[in-house]
Amino acid sequence: MALIPPYLRELQVEIQGYADGYGLSYFPQVFELVDYRQMCEIASYGGFPVRYPHWRFGMEYDHMIKSHTYGLSKIYELVINTDPCYAYLLEGNSQVDQKLVMAHVYGHNDFFRNNHYFSRTDRRMIDVMANNAARVRRYMDRHGVNTVESFIDTCLSLDNLIDPWLSFRDARNQAPASTNAPDAVDDDRVRLQNERTYLEDYINPPEFVESQRQKQREKREQVKHRNPAQPERDVLGFLMQHAPLEAWEADVLGILRGEAYYFLPQMQTKIMNEGWASYWHSRIMTEKALRDDEVIDYADVVSGVFASAPGQLNPYKLGVELYRDIERRWDEGKFGPEWDRCDNLEQRTSWNKKLGLGKAKIFEVRRLYNDVTFIDEFFTMDFCREQKYFTFAENRRSGRLEIESREFQQIKQKLLGALTNFGQPFIYVVDSNYLNRGELLLGHRHEGSDLKLDYARDTLRNVERVWRRPVSILTQVDEKPKRIRFDGSEIGISDEPEAFKV
Amino acid sequence: MISRIDKDHSRFREIVRGKIRQNLRKYISRGDMMSRKGQDTVTIPMPQIDIPRFTLGGNQKQGVGQGEGEPGDPVGGGDPQQGQGAGKAGEGEGDKNLEVEVTLDELAAILGEELGLPRIEPRGTQSLDTKKDRYVSLRRTGPESLRSFKATFKRALRRQVASGTFVKDLPIIVPIREDRRYRSWRTDPRPQSNAVIIYMMDVSGSMGDEQKEIVRIESFWIDTWLRSQYQGLESRYIIHDATARVVDREVFFRTRESGGTMISSAYRVCSELIEKEFPPENWNIYAFHFSDGDNWSVDDTATCINLLRDTLLPACNQFGYGQVESPYGSGQFIKDIRAAFPSQPKLVTSEVTGKDDIMDSIREFLKGGR
Repeated sequence: MALIPPYLRELQVEIQGYADGYGLSYFPQVFELVDYRQMCEIASYGGFPVRYPHWRFGMEYDHMIKSHTYGLSKIYELVINTDPCYAYLLEGNSQVDQKLVMAHVYGHNDFFRNNHYFSRTDRRMIDVMANNAARVRRYMDRHGVNTVESFIDTCLSLDNLIDPWLSFRDARNQAPASTNAPDAVDDDRVRLQNERTYLEDYINPPEFVESQRQKQREKREQVKHRNPAQPERDVLGFLMQHAPLEAWEADVLGILRGEAYYFLPQMQTKIMNEGWASYWHSRIMTEKALRDDEVIDYADVVSGVFASAPGQLNPYKLGVELYRDIERRWDEGKFGPEWDRCDNLEQRTSWNKKLGLGKAKIFEVRRLYNDVTFIDEFFTMDFCREQKYFTFAENRRSGRLEIESREFQQIKQKLLGALTNFGQPFIYVVDSNYLNRGELLLGHRHEGSDLKLDYARDTLRNVERVWRRPVSILTQVDEKPKRIRFDGSEIGISDEPEAFKV
Repeated sequence: MISRIDKDHSRFREIVRGKIRQNLRKYISRGDMMSRKGQDTVTIPMPQIDIPRFTLGGNQKQGVGQGEGEPGDPVGGGDPQQGQGAGKAGEGEGDKNLEVEVTLDELAAILGEELGLPRIEPRGTQSLDTKKDRYVSLRRTGPESLRSFKATFKRALRRQVASGTFVKDLPIIVPIREDRRYRSWRTDPRPQSNAVIIYMMDVSGSMGDEQKEIVRIESFWIDTWLRSQYQGLESRYIIHDATARVVDREVFFRTRESGGTMISSAYRVCSELIEKEFPPENWNIYAFHFSDGDNWSVDDTATCINLLRDTLLPACNQFGYGQVESPYGSGQFIKDIRAAFPSQPKLVTSEVTGKDDIMDSIREFLKGGR
């Protein structure tokens, strides 16, 4: 790795000047020039120079080097969320490519710094990762590579079981759990709303109210000794605290949990982040940085980046188009109740209040939104039609993928469905002393899609390895509530009376 | 210094090898590897190297796309998750149906480890002269590139001193044509042990397609394994029904024939081959014969036993007889030769009932490490 040569340094100064001009606010930016092997190495480590040893990185590397060697893909740029922000440039790229990458990187950098969901990430992650690596290596020296590695495998198998809102709820979490709240609050829940006092006895018969209260009390009594009191989404954190782990195991689990939380916002804002960076590289390049003789090369690269092959969703494309759409709409005043109410096509097409609020709006959006809220709010019917979105599904008879629908509601629902919790299932710790036998009970909040069963079984084995007692998960299979249990030797599936709900 | 990623990478390769070892039986009995050789790579699908997580299965492939088309039109491109257009790193992790490439030699090595085979020692003093060139002498003619400056200078100096043209105060040496010397080579014989494997296969009518397939796979793996043990290994292939002939590798692995069975014909061809081309004092000879054990007559079996006793066994390091179970064959032959040579270590017999036995049979043949 080397610092960049003078001509790139000049380029950086130039691009940084444009970024300042547009009002981007970023961490100090460091570029490094690497060859493609180093690039693949760093990329397989998720952008970091030092990670703990694990075969999975080797697998990624194998894959990347191969597809790079065969010309299937090329990693143009790599940027990580740290302060100062590091980005890697690929040696041998043409000057226009490097320019484009730099402009793109400044977009990412600005996003990392300003987006709310990144606000709780550790900006000194390079050091943290290096320390983690040193610790894991030390454990490997002491306990053996295989032992530690297989425990890492186990933990990785659970590293999607984290709570995206954990870092934002800590403060509120100090408040006493609602189970300790006084009776009066519950009382209101039992009673139906009634403004006519003379009907009180009919609407809320005293004996019924009393029996309901009794039920509530019993329930509370049940829940009182339950750990966790409320279903807990931070499964990893729960295991770290309550599973019978050795000190080094708890530490490794903690390391992996920390890294999982660090990478989380990047998954939450994939479309927004890439869209933002693309929006800015496109503006910086086309309005400022591009020279006449570079236009063709630039267009060639960019068309590749924004290419949306049928049957796949390109986050770069979707993101950049949404930002542009938002900017246009707020510039022309196409928002608010007045706009929503208007159903005259002619008026709508010629609508222009010349408000010029576009730029302020997109900066606000990049600060406050994540992918789900971004799509939910700004993926409008007009946008959907203009951009020709559709849903597709596999035709079971022919086995090929077919366009299913161009209905706006369906498309949006599917899009949001895929983005919610980054397409991961909602898994909770329900009870750590299930059946009073010290068994761990997990619950899968079913949102219309079943768990992949073979994977679920294997994952359950891994949970058992950490919990060291039988573990179960409540879920649904083909719309029937089921409980899958692993007792250390075999997997059993049994029916459940009720589906798990939160 | 070995970089970190190289360590992780080799760790990954180790895991892959471990996986291959676990499923070796399955890969070994795959017929399609037989078209490969030595350094050729074999692609092995490996579905289960992923880290399992709780994920949503989705009963159906589905998603959101962008572009032209009416509902019902096929969506091009197939897998919705693969690729990201040109340029950017493949962010969408498609089905991690990992395909691992290993060379055939590597696979053979894994087979060797798995079977616990000892390395086959080149036995005895059998040696064959191969040639190796070494530059040891000088001569008067040769290409300029091989001109020896030192020798040329000496010759010129000696000539000048002898002819009195050497001036002590002005020592200028000018070589003429006759002075020039060129380095020259001598060809040395170098001893090298050699091995030949002779495969014989029964292709008579009683051997069904499945039996032939088993024989081919087994001989393929023996071939691959032995090739990885010996440099410059020779192979000869003999097929026989009622008559035998030497064929090349391609034919051996592909032929379908039918007819009666005279095993002695193959043994006779084999001993002629050894006599003509591979004198036992120069060669390690390994012979393998595969059949369904259904010989034409008792007389012929007697001829076989004689041939084995008199010529083949003395000449060979090892003679392997593999009998494939066949619905038609009597399977008598293996009993006959076992009875004839009850304690002959050079003769190894093995019975194969199905594809799953191939590994065991290979182990039988090769465990002796002769």
